[in-house]
Amino acid sequence: MNLTLKIWRQKDASSKGQMVNYKVNDISEHMSFLEMMDVLNEQLVNSGEEPVAFDHDCREGICGMCSMYINGEAHGPDRGVTTCQLHMRMFKDGDTITIEPFRAAAFPVIKDLVVDRMAFERIQQAGGYISVNTSGNTQDANSIPISKHAADEAMDAATCIGCGACVATCKNSSAMLFVGAKVSQYALLPQGQVEASDRVLNMVAQMDLEGFGNCTNTGACEVECPKGISLENIARMNRELMKASFK
Amino acid sequence: MSGFFKSSIGRKVAMALSALFLMFFLIIHLSVNITSVFSKDIFNVASHFMGTNWLIQFIMQPVLIFGVVYHFVMGFVLELKNRKAVGITYAKNNGAANSTWMSRNMIYSGAFILIFLVIHFLDFWIPEVKYKYIDVIPEDPNRYYEELVHKFVPIWRVALYTIGFIFLSLHLMHGFKSAFQSIGIPSIRKKIFQTCGKIFAIVVPLGFIVIALFHHFNNH
Ligand code: HEM
Ligand code: SF4
Ligand code: FES
Repeated sequence: MNLTLKIWRQKDASSKGQMVNYKVNDISEHMSFLEMMDVLNEQLVNSGEEPVAFDHDCREGICGMCSMYINGEAHGPDRGVTTCQLHMRMFKDGDTITIEPFRAAAFPVIKDLVVDRMAFERIQQAGGYISVNTSGNTQDANSIPISKHAADEAMDAATCIGCGACVATCKNSSAMLFVGAKVSQYALLPQGQVEASDRVLNMVAQMDLEGFGNCTNTGACEVECPKGISLENIARMNRELMKASFK
Repeated sequence: MSGFFKSSIGRKVAMALSALFLMFFLIIHLSVNITSVFSKDIFNVASHFMGTNWLIQFIMQPVLIFGVVYHFVMGFVLELKNRKAVGITYAKNNGAANSTWMSRNMIYSGAFILIFLVIHFLDFWIPEVKYKYIDVIPEDPNRYYEELVHKFVPIWRVALYTIGFIFLSLHLMHGFKSAFQSIGIPSIRKKIFQTCGKIFAIVVPLGFIVIALFHHFNNH
């Protein structure tokens, strides 16, 4: 198929940036979206132009790097997938596809479609961990009884890959789905209890410090999240914060 | 604890609590007003009670005023903060793909409700305060029904109230369930809140509209 691409080009963090039109021809519907981008970049390199910079790593939906806002949606029009898992069969011959970087004041553009998501790392460092004695007498995790229900919910929360689609999609650039998932994955398990209060207080404080917005429960994040992280995790984070603040 | 209400989540919880109080107040308000459709006397008795009971006048009324002011001031503050958090907006954004129109436009439905509230205050509350506390006219327990009916004679006011309540309905379509989500109610109950929310968002504003229309046409 033949496509017109409207892509955000920005030389570096301090330049202004603009949408630029490109044409790509003979794109197979079996290609992934990133393979289509590779075709474009090869074309650009061959004609001596600067290729479009975009983040990617695993190309199988587990690293969360491939941040692209495609036709007005994070990771494009398909559900439950990252950009690297998005197939060109979702588009038609002759389509115009708009491709932008993830937008949020806390995710500044570094170049073209690449954004700085270190804010997520700093939130994680503020409390997204448990302290374990690894001196050789570590208790086997399987020896701690955990209900199936709690284990399932914790596992669901832990599937968050930190891609930032929730922030990119949110009309308020709120990071609460991400932070909710990270708080929940520990809050649901016995190993997470010791540091539970400090964890939620510190992670929420860091989230606010980074300049993410306020959740207004539109639910857009849950729909666009490639891992199907549920809003339920935001409600749990709110409960955890109340528990920690009023005890 | 003071840190809680400075956090983004704490503010959301406070916002939801103020909204829950406002929704509780709407039920009371509607219950009193709806009696005017059935019986002049019951409406007068109920209004006289609400207008003279000290608990209602000096405890509930200040709480209500604080609740309304807190709700819309915080609504505007959070909206401004959120716009700052967004920064550069998308060239193409498909909000309809993942969320309802009501949920994305709470600030606008809220702003229209605020305009309505200002008019409503000028219509009923200011004359009431003037009657009781400025002119200090002795209480006539039978005055309320006539005052109410008189207000709904002009069609423009009936139209304005109807529009105001349509915006309230849109606000509550998202707001009702959003408030329970904000205070952290678990999802097992979510379905119930969604259904209750829809019923509440339709029945309550519709009740007020019916009252205005009833008195308008009943007096023609
Ligand atoms: C009787 C009047 C009103 C009622 C019953 C009401 C009800 C609600 C409810 C239930 C919520 C959801 C709370 C939450 O999610 O935490 C809400 C949110 C909100 N309201 Fe109101 N409201 C009223 C008036 C207003 C006014 C006058 C404004 C003025 C701007 C306003 C602006 C907002 C905003 C911006 C939100 C936040 C959006 C969100 O969290 O989804 N509201 N309101
Ligand atoms: S919650 Fe979903 S959308 Fe947000 S960072 Fe995690 S995986 Fe990505
Ligand atoms: S490149 Fe790893 S998730 Fe897409």
